[in-house]
Amino acid sequence: MADVALDPRTAKRPLLHATAWDRLKVNHNWLGLWFMLPAAAILVLFLAYPLGLGIWISFTDTRIGRSGVFVGVENYEWLWDDTVFWLSVFNTLLYTGVASVFKFAIGLYLAILLNQHMPFKAMIRAIVLIPFIVPTVLSAIAFWWLFDSQFSIISWSLKKIGFISSNIDFLGDFWNARWSVIFANVWRGIPFVAITLLAGLQTVPPSLYEAATIDGASRWQMFRFITYPLLTPIIAVVMTFSVLFTFTDFQLIWAMTRGGPVNATHLMATLSYQRAILGGYLGEGSAIATAMIPFLLACILISWFGLQRRKWQQGESND
Amino acid sequence: MNPFNRRTFLQGSTALGASVALTGPALLDWAKAWAQTAPWKPERNAQISLLRWKRFIQAEEDAFMELVANFTKATGVKVNVTNESLDDVQPKAAIAANTGSGPDMFWGLYSLPHLFPSKVIDLTDVADYLGKKYGGWVPSAVTYGKSGNKWIGIPVAYNGNVLNYRKAASEKAGFKTFPKKTDEFLAYAKAMKAQGTPGGMALGHASGDGNAWVHWALWAFGGNLVDARDRVIIDSPETAKSLEYAKALYETFIPGTASWNDSFNNKAFLANEVHWTNNGVSIYAAAKAGNMKEMVDDIDHALWPVGPIGKPTEFHVAYPIMVMTYSKVPQASKAFIAFMMEAANLDPWVIKSVGYLTPGLTAYEKNPVWTSDPKLTVCRDVAKNTLTAGHLGSVGEKAAAALADFIVLDMFANVCTGREDVKGAVKIADRQARRLYRTS
Repeated sequence: MADVALDPRTAKRPLLHATAWDRLKVNHNWLGLWFMLPAAAILVLFLAYPLGLGIWISFTDTRIGRSGVFVGVENYEWLWDDTVFWLSVFNTLLYTGVASVFKFAIGLYLAILLNQHMPFKAMIRAIVLIPFIVPTVLSAIAFWWLFDSQFSIISWSLKKIGFISSNIDFLGDFWNARWSVIFANVWRGIPFVAITLLAGLQTVPPSLYEAATIDGASRWQMFRFITYPLLTPIIAVVMTFSVLFTFTDFQLIWAMTRGGPVNATHLMATLSYQRAILGGYLGEGSAIATAMIPFLLACILISWFGLQRRKWQQGESND
Repeated sequence: MNPFNRRTFLQGSTALGASVALTGPALLDWAKAWAQTAPWKPERNAQISLLRWKRFIQAEEDAFMELVANFTKATGVKVNVTNESLDDVQPKAAIAANTGSGPDMFWGLYSLPHLFPSKVIDLTDVADYLGKKYGGWVPSAVTYGKSGNKWIGIPVAYNGNVLNYRKAASEKAGFKTFPKKTDEFLAYAKAMKAQGTPGGMALGHASGDGNAWVHWALWAFGGNLVDARDRVIIDSPETAKSLEYAKALYETFIPGTASWNDSFNNKAFLANEVHWTNNGVSIYAAAKAGNMKEMVDDIDHALWPVGPIGKPTEFHVAYPIMVMTYSKVPQASKAFIAFMMEAANLDPWVIKSVGYLTPGLTAYEKNPVWTSDPKLTVCRDVAKNTLTAGHLGSVGEKAAAALADFIVLDMFANVCTGREDVKGAVKIADRQARRLYRTS
């Protein structure tokens, strides 16, 4: 009995030989991994896998209804000297560039206006959101009527006033059509920029403005040296999102012009849909969609390195 | 007690030359009798889901749903019908074919079953049954329906795309009858414009009306996208002539047609903005439904003028129906197709749709709708006259992709709007077509 009681193997083992499993059980990182797993699974399943599959399909000659074989970069070679594809690239860059600049300028202006004290402030802020709330297809159809070649209320009004003698060909002329869809996109995108920037404006401490006022700063100086620098991180996030949404826009174009007239408003997203889903050439459609990735990555990198990694954001001063 | 008698059954089963259309209880009796004798016995507890193109004429859909209800009463098979806009049927069907699940049947347009011939069931028995009974299929129906020796889809009907014009304005312009030749047609368009009653045809991405008129123009002058062996031959003097002709025609159009999709010309015609256009007979039907008496009296339809090649080059929309291989109710689906195309159902359906649908079986030429209203007579022959998507070439996925990618339409729009000269536009189209028709 005594031998048994003193046997070091039975008496001290729990202390000396905690197994790897025992250690793992209380390891926070290990536990954290399990908590992350559902989120990671969702990301892999719904983002990484489709993205990877799309890129893979772009290297095959897959058609709708049958799987294809690997054809290397053939789809890209055909796109390389495809004038319609390059036209869609040009359209996409123009659409994104112009619309984003206007959305930012008008959105910022609206945010600053809405940040002032005024009567019915809450209500006005809610009204500003309306274009964002209306389903895109509905607003696109409304614009479609506004820009109709025969029944446009704009043409009708201008004719009644006597400014023009015949209808404006909004969606039938190449540049008119481009400006029209850009206008619709700007109209729709402003609230998102304005409301988010407004939220950012409200985080700027009033004491900074008070100090600046005492120092005799002008309104422009206050904007330039207080508001704008403190708003930069939000601007970076908002504009990254805005550019990404605009670059990948589909609904507005599809409901208003289907890419017409003669592909003048075809974006890469709509051309990809037309060729992959309507035309059935999934491989080529995927190649067009994949060709959007470098542009999107560039946008993200510019905003990341250009705007967000400022030292002051980490508590240091700017160089 | 037998709920039907032989007489009603026979009445319902012969194409409507006879003036008696079955209605109400008699039609249901016929349907029940049909279900008992039909070669296809629905599976136990079968339910069919069917996705069809969304109707353009309410009365057409009503008549269709009536025959669906009668099928359910006669066979006990429930049919769930969903509607999708015309352009969305093809992607939905393609995705269903790809993933192997979705509606049992798709009713779409042009060469839809040829996009995935291995994913649809063999309907040869249904096609033979109907062909024998109703005087045979028109040639374009055979082209659209068959892949090799098998029928993979049943071309239920066509939608005639014809010229719609206002009689009074045309007469005023000096044209008592609608022009029958392309050069007369150009003169007509010029005269109509000169007197302030211009016409217009869609040059936007309008899959129905736009494709119909540009293909007519291309073929009328002998141009073709591909030859019989699917080799791209668009770059030809004939194509150039058709483009120059179309440009001259475009000069007479109302401004803005480059932005038109399929519905613009309907609106513009009903609002007296254009006085001739190409469309189905749905404008006429809409005018009738809206009690626009003056419009109804003044509107008329004409077949497409014939070009230098000397024969009709019409391009009408075909509506084929197909059953997917993953369907668990192939027999019930086959029974449904045969049922909907029996005279007792199809004849009243065509009548109620005011001639919007033209069946692809020759016996249906006798339907009284084609003669009772002379304005609809032109639509009687659209199934017989139409050329198929791809024309000389195959009707498979390449032809469908070329249509979906608007290759010919954009070529015409490029020239008409002056964005490209003839040479440049043909070069772009040639390049696009080679991309789709490449064999490697």
